Amino acid sequence: MSYLKSTFRHPESPKNDLGYTQANYEGALSTLCAGCGHDSISNSIINACYELSLEPHKIAKMSGIGCSSKTPAYFLSNSHGFNSVHGRMPSVTTGANMGNRDLTYIGVSGDGDTASIGMGQFMHLVRRNLNMVYIVMNNGVYGLTKGQDSATADVGSSSKKGVPNMYEPMDLCELAISLGSGYVARSFSGDKDQLVPLIKGAIKHNGFALIDVVSPCVTFNNNPQSTKSYEWVRDHKEATGTFDLVPEEQEITVQNPDQINESITLHDGTKINLHRQPDSLDITCRESVLSALEEAKQNKQVLTGLLHLNTDSNSTHDILNTCDTPLNRLTEEDLCPGSDALEALNQSLR
Amino acid sequence: MKPTDIKNPEYFHKVVDCQYACPAHTPVPEYIRLIAEGRYDDAYMINWESNVFPGVLGRVCDRPCEPACRRGRVEDEPVAICRLKRVAADNKTDIKDRLPEIQAKNGKKVALVGAGPASLAVARGLAPLGYDVDLYDEQEVGGGFMRSQIPSFRLPAEVLDEEVNYILDMGITTHFKHYVDSLKSLLEKDYDAIFVGSGAPNGRDLPKLEGRQDGDENIFVGINWLESVAFAHTKSIGKKVLVLGGGNTAMDCCRTARRLGGEDVRIVVRSPQKEMKASPWEIEDAVAEDIPIYENHVPHSFVIENGKLVGMKFEKVRAEYDENGKRSLIPTGEDLVLMECDDVLIAIGQDNAFPWIERDIGLDFGKWDMPVVDEVTFQSTNERVYFGGDAAFGPSNVITAVAHGHQAAISIHKFCQGEDITDRPAPDVNLLSQKMGFHEWTYDNHIDHDKRHLVPHVDKELALANLKLEVEKGFDQELGYEEAMRCLNCDVQTVFTDNLCIECDACTDVCPTQCINFTDNGEEGDLRTRLIAPSNDQEQDLYVSGELKTTRVMVKDENVCLHCGLCAERCPTAAWDMQKFSYSVTKAG
Repeated sequence: MSYLKSTFRHPESPKNDLGYTQANYEGALSTLCAGCGHDSISNSIINACYELSLEPHKIAKMSGIGCSSKTPAYFLSNSHGFNSVHGRMPSVTTGANMGNRDLTYIGVSGDGDTASIGMGQFMHLVRRNLNMVYIVMNNGVYGLTKGQDSATADVGSSSKKGVPNMYEPMDLCELAISLGSGYVARSFSGDKDQLVPLIKGAIKHNGFALIDVVSPCVTFNNNPQSTKSYEWVRDHKEATGTFDLVPEEQEITVQNPDQINESITLHDGTKINLHRQPDSLDITCRESVLSALEEAKQNKQVLTGLLHLNTDSNSTHDILNTCDTPLNRLTEEDLCPGSDALEALNQSLR
Repeated sequence: MKPTDIKNPEYFHKVVDCQYACPAHTPVPEYIRLIAEGRYDDAYMINWESNVFPGVLGRVCDRPCEPACRRGRVEDEPVAICRLKRVAADNKTDIKDRLPEIQAKNGKKVALVGAGPASLAVARGLAPLGYDVDLYDEQEVGGGFMRSQIPSFRLPAEVLDEEVNYILDMGITTHFKHYVDSLKSLLEKDYDAIFVGSGAPNGRDLPKLEGRQDGDENIFVGINWLESVAFAHTKSIGKKVLVLGGGNTAMDCCRTARRLGGEDVRIVVRSPQKEMKASPWEIEDAVAEDIPIYENHVPHSFVIENGKLVGMKFEKVRAEYDENGKRSLIPTGEDLVLMECDDVLIAIGQDNAFPWIERDIGLDFGKWDMPVVDEVTFQSTNERVYFGGDAAFGPSNVITAVAHGHQAAISIHKFCQGEDITDRPAPDVNLLSQKMGFHEWTYDNHIDHDKRHLVPHVDKELALANLKLEVEKGFDQELGYEEAMRCLNCDVQTVFTDNLCIECDACTDVCPTQCINFTDNGEEGDLRTRLIAPSNDQEQDLYVSGELKTTRVMVKDENVCLHCGLCAERCPTAAWDMQKFSYSVTKAG
C-alpha cells in the first residue's frame, strides 16, 4: 500500500491570488478506507481554501476523535491543527478562537463526535455562535468501532449488518437552526459542485456555520438499505437551490429568468447569490426551513444546499464585546495599564 | 465523446509514449524494470528482439523515445532511456543461446545490398527461417555507416562487432569488398528477393564556392573523411580546422578532428545555433571538448594562397521568420569574416545515389530521383526488390533503419511464401492486471523524484589523446538502478470499468496530477475546457468511459498521469485497475 503521494503535480497547475497552487493546501495521503466520503470532503475543503486564496498559516483545523477527526491530517498541511478529545472540539476551538480571533477556524467532526459524546458541547457552541465552520462528516455509523448505528442513523435504515435502526435520528441541521445558527447547510460528499461553494460561504460567514455532509461509509454503511449510501442519497437528494459566492468587487452578469435570484451580502462585503425555483423555500425564514426539513423527511428526501442564512446574528466576540486585537497579542502593557488607569476606572464607577 | 475503445491496442500503445515514439516500438518500460531488477540478460534480449543492436543503440541512438518520455512533461528531463539500454548491454552475460534457432533451409535465397543496420535487420528476420542470405558490401567488414560514420570514441568497434556478428553467425554468406554495380545483374541471379539497404552514401559538397577546386587537397566531405578515419586511411589533420554544418555528422567530424591533431577546431553554421540539427547532447559533448560554434555564418569562399588553403570567408547573416515561421537568412551587411584554417570538413548533409540501379528493370524512380517504395511493405515497383534504411526514404537513423528492416523481412517472407504482402501481421498484445493483493502491485509504483543522472565521462585530456577511447563510461549498475527508478512505468495502464464505479470521487481526490474527472460528456474540444487541470496537449488522448449512474462520464487526460496506481489503490470497488500492457511488433523470424 502506498503511504506517500508523489510530489509531482500538473506542470500547468493554475495559481490563486496568493500565487499558490492547490498543492499548497493539500495534506498527507489518506489512510481512511478506499472510497470513504470523508476524503471527498477533505478535498472540498482544500478546493474552497485554495479558491478563496486563504493564507494557509491563518487557518486552524480542529477535530475531535473518529474517522472524520483523522482527516485534518489529509488537508491543509501548512495550517495550524488541533486534534482534541472526543466530543470536545467545540470547547477547544472556543478557547483557540478567544485567544486568536484572526484565524479561520475549520472544525471537522463526525456523527459520533458531534451527535453522541459531543452533543452537549455542540449545542452550547451553536448557542454561543462562535465564528467557525463546523463540518460534520455524517455517515450514520461508528466506523472506527466496526460500524454500530450512530445517533444520526435514520429509523429503519440498516447498515451492512442488516439490522434496521430502531431509534429516532438526530437532525443536526434542525438543531442548529433552532439554536440560532446563522448559516446551516446540508450536502453530500459526492457532490463537490454543491459542497465547495457551501464551504466557501461558511468560511465567509461571521458566526457559527454548520455544514452537515452525508458522507457514505463504504466499509460499513454503503449498502442499498442504508439511507446514508451513495446510491440512496443520489436518488433522494433535493436541493433548495444553487448558489455562488461573489467576491465584493465582482458584478453578477448571468441570471436565469426562470429562477428567483437573491443576493445576500455577508459581513465582509462578499455576496451570496441564491438561485432557486419560485416555489421553493425561503431560507432566511427559520420556521419555513424547519417545516421544509420535516416535510422532506416525510417524503424520504434529503434536502440539501444552504438551508438557513441569517447574516444579522452576532458572533461570540460581538456578544462578549471583546477587543479587535486578538487576545494573544495583547501585551502586558495593554493588560496592566497601570494605577492611573485603575484610578480612572474606579472613578468612573463611583 | 464516444467511450474510448481500449480493445484497440493502439490506444494504450500511444500512452506508452517512449515505445510509441520508437520506430521499432521497443518495450522500453519493460526492459527498464528488468534493469532495475538486475536482470540484464532479459533486458538485453527484449531490446535485441525489437532493435537488433542494443549495445550500439545504447550509445548512438537518436533517441526519439526521450523527447516523448512522459517524465519530461512531469519534470525537467526525461528518463535516460538510451543509456539504460547500454546498461543492459554492458552487464549482460553470454546470450548466444537465446538467439533464434536457425531452421532447416527453406530453399529460398535473398540478396542484401549493403551491410548496414537495415540489411542486418532483414538478415536477422530471414536467416532463422531457413533463407539463404547473401550479404554484399564494398567494405571489408559489416556494420555500414554504424562503422564508417560513427567514430569509435562514441561506438567502440568491439561493441559493433559483437552485435553484427550475432547476425553474420546465423549462416549469412558475406560478400565483403564487393561493390554491387548493377542491380540488373543481381536480379538475373537466382535470388527470390533482393533488399537494398545501401544507405545515403553521397555527402554534400560546396562545388561552386570560390576556391573549392584550388583548395581541394585540404577540403573534405565529412562522411568520406570519417570513413577514411574509421578504416585508418587518415591519421592526422591540420591544427586549425573548420567544420561546416550543424548536424550530428558535423559533431562527429569536429570531435574526431580534435583527436587527430586539431587544436583550433570550430563549427560554423549558417543558421542560428538553436536550429542546428544535431542532437542537443552531441552539441554539448562537442562544446565540452573546447569546440566553439559560430552561428549565422554563411560560407562565402575558400581563401587560397600560393595554391594552398589558408582560410575561409563567411558572410554574416541574421535569421528572420515570416508569419508561417519560414526562415530566411538576411545578410547583415557587415564585412566578410575571415577564419584561418588548415583544413575544412564539409558536413552539410548527405544524399541518396543509385548509379548502380538501371532504370529499365521495372523499378520506378520518383521525386528527387528516389525509388518509389511502399511505406508499409517497403516493396519497390519491382516486386522482387525491397528498400529500407536511408536507401528507402533518405537519411534517417539506425533505429529507423532497423524498423524498416523488420518490416521488409516480413514482406520478403510473405512474398517468398506466395502470400499477400499487404496483409500485415497484427502486433502481439497483452493486458494483464498487476494486482497482487490488497493494494499491492507487481510493479514498484512508488514515484522516485530524482533528477536525471549524468553519465560519467572519461577525463577530457585522456579522451582527446586517444581516438579509440570511449568518452562515455556509461552508468554502472548502481547509477543504472537509480536512473531506472525514474521510469514512470507508463505501460502499466489505468484501466477503468464503468459499471463498477460508485462515483465516490476517491480517484479524483487522490490523483497527484489531477488527471481524473467525472463530468457531463461533450465533444473533445468542449471537454478539454471543463477538466479540473489544464488540458492543452492535444496530442495526448482523453480516456472517456461509458455513461455512469449519474449520467456523467469519467474523463482521464492521459497527459501527465504518473501511473502511480493511487487511483486504483483508493478505489473501493476496483473500478480502476493497474494492468500491464505489452505490445510487441511481430517479426518475420
